Amino acid sequence: MPHDGHDHDDHSELSPIALRVRALESLLVEKGYVDPAALDVLIDTYETKIGPRNGAKVVARAWTDPAYAKWLKEDATAAIESLGYTGRQGEHMVALFNTPEIHNMVVCTLCSCYPWPVLGLPPVWYKSPPYRSRAVIDPRGVLAEFGVTLPETTKVSVWDSTAEIRYLVIPMRPANTEGLSEDELAGLVNRDSMIGTRLAGKVA
Amino acid sequence: MNGPQDMGGMMGFGPVKPEINEPVFHEDWERRVLGLTLAMDACGLWNIDILRHTRECFPAEIYWSVPYYDLRIEAHIKVMLARGLVTEAEILAGHMQVPPKPVKAVLKPEKVGPLLAKGSAYIRTAASLPLFKAGDSVRVRNLHTQGHIRLPGYLRGKTGEVVRYHKAHVFPDSNAHGAGENPQHLYTLRFKAREVFDADSDDDLQADLFEPYLEAP
Repeated sequence: MPHDGHDHDDHSELSPIALRVRALESLLVEKGYVDPAALDVLIDTYETKIGPRNGAKVVARAWTDPAYAKWLKEDATAAIESLGYTGRQGEHMVALFNTPEIHNMVVCTLCSCYPWPVLGLPPVWYKSPPYRSRAVIDPRGVLAEFGVTLPETTKVSVWDSTAEIRYLVIPMRPANTEGLSEDELAGLVNRDSMIGTRLAGKVA
Repeated sequence: MNGPQDMGGMMGFGPVKPEINEPVFHEDWERRVLGLTLAMDACGLWNIDILRHTRECFPAEIYWSVPYYDLRIEAHIKVMLARGLVTEAEILAGHMQVPPKPVKAVLKPEKVGPLLAKGSAYIRTAASLPLFKAGDSVRVRNLHTQGHIRLPGYLRGKTGEVVRYHKAHVFPDSNAHGAGENPQHLYTLRFKAREVFDADSDDDLQADLFEPYLEAP
């Protein structure tokens, strides 16, 4: 029997997948492959430390420091690393600058490649078939589902991350933000604007 | 392979449903899956391309319907079973029944930060010089590979322009099958949306493609 009566009482709220993962974790720890303390650090890192606030700081710096923006254009990996964001799933970075003429938007049609050091773990919609299938064939329709309608004169440029290059979109700086500090500007950078499915600004 | 992962341009999956204030994890078991899969990757017995190929080998009806973290853990279970690290009976029992197999490393908590910060760079030295350069017009070969390939089907036969050369990278098509890294030159190609998808606009799209996928037009 996988579980005795006592376990069943304890686990009665858990779904089959939750039970399977719990059993697997016990097993991997018992066999010595996994150190439970390392699990805790891994989870805490992606839940509380590595997330889109990192990317927002990159964007705010690019908005306020033309030399930094130039560096980001030429060598995004190094420019982003200089702010302390580096490593797994961000080893080879490219920054895409949105302008009135070009709106960049990133997808991974083949899996769910995403720049973890600057954006954290991808949202559910990014990993799901509707986005992966339609971002390349109907980007303006997808944008409409995010409430974004671009002028016809703005070209939509979609980037399918099919290899190990990871893309960070630098959204356009919102109007009337001249007096804001870099920190205040970073507060205007929402996650989706760095994927290219929204514009910068507060998400209503 | 022409598998369920190759969904660029497909229709029928419905609208995108963004979630406002989406939490990093929706269920506690998703947290555990993230931790377990990253910790097991650190054992050094497989690579990212093996994992991607394992996921895309699930039947389409599973690949398209199972939530991300569920598919992720099942793919890891497959590679662990294949290497004898665990047995299905052990997973059902939640207890060890056969002795552990040796692994290259066990991730310690103090090594997590340095490991994630280091990542794993994919740039390598190729055996030959690159065939193409920025500005070249290049056609995508009509490949229908049985194994792992990072060429989206919607680009087969299309002609694009090289906009960036990225040096040589680990070739997933080899690395996913234990055939070594076999570095290949990597390029970003730009295509006109109207030529790829019959779009009524000047929109364009880019993909990162390895040299073996490409030929002179």
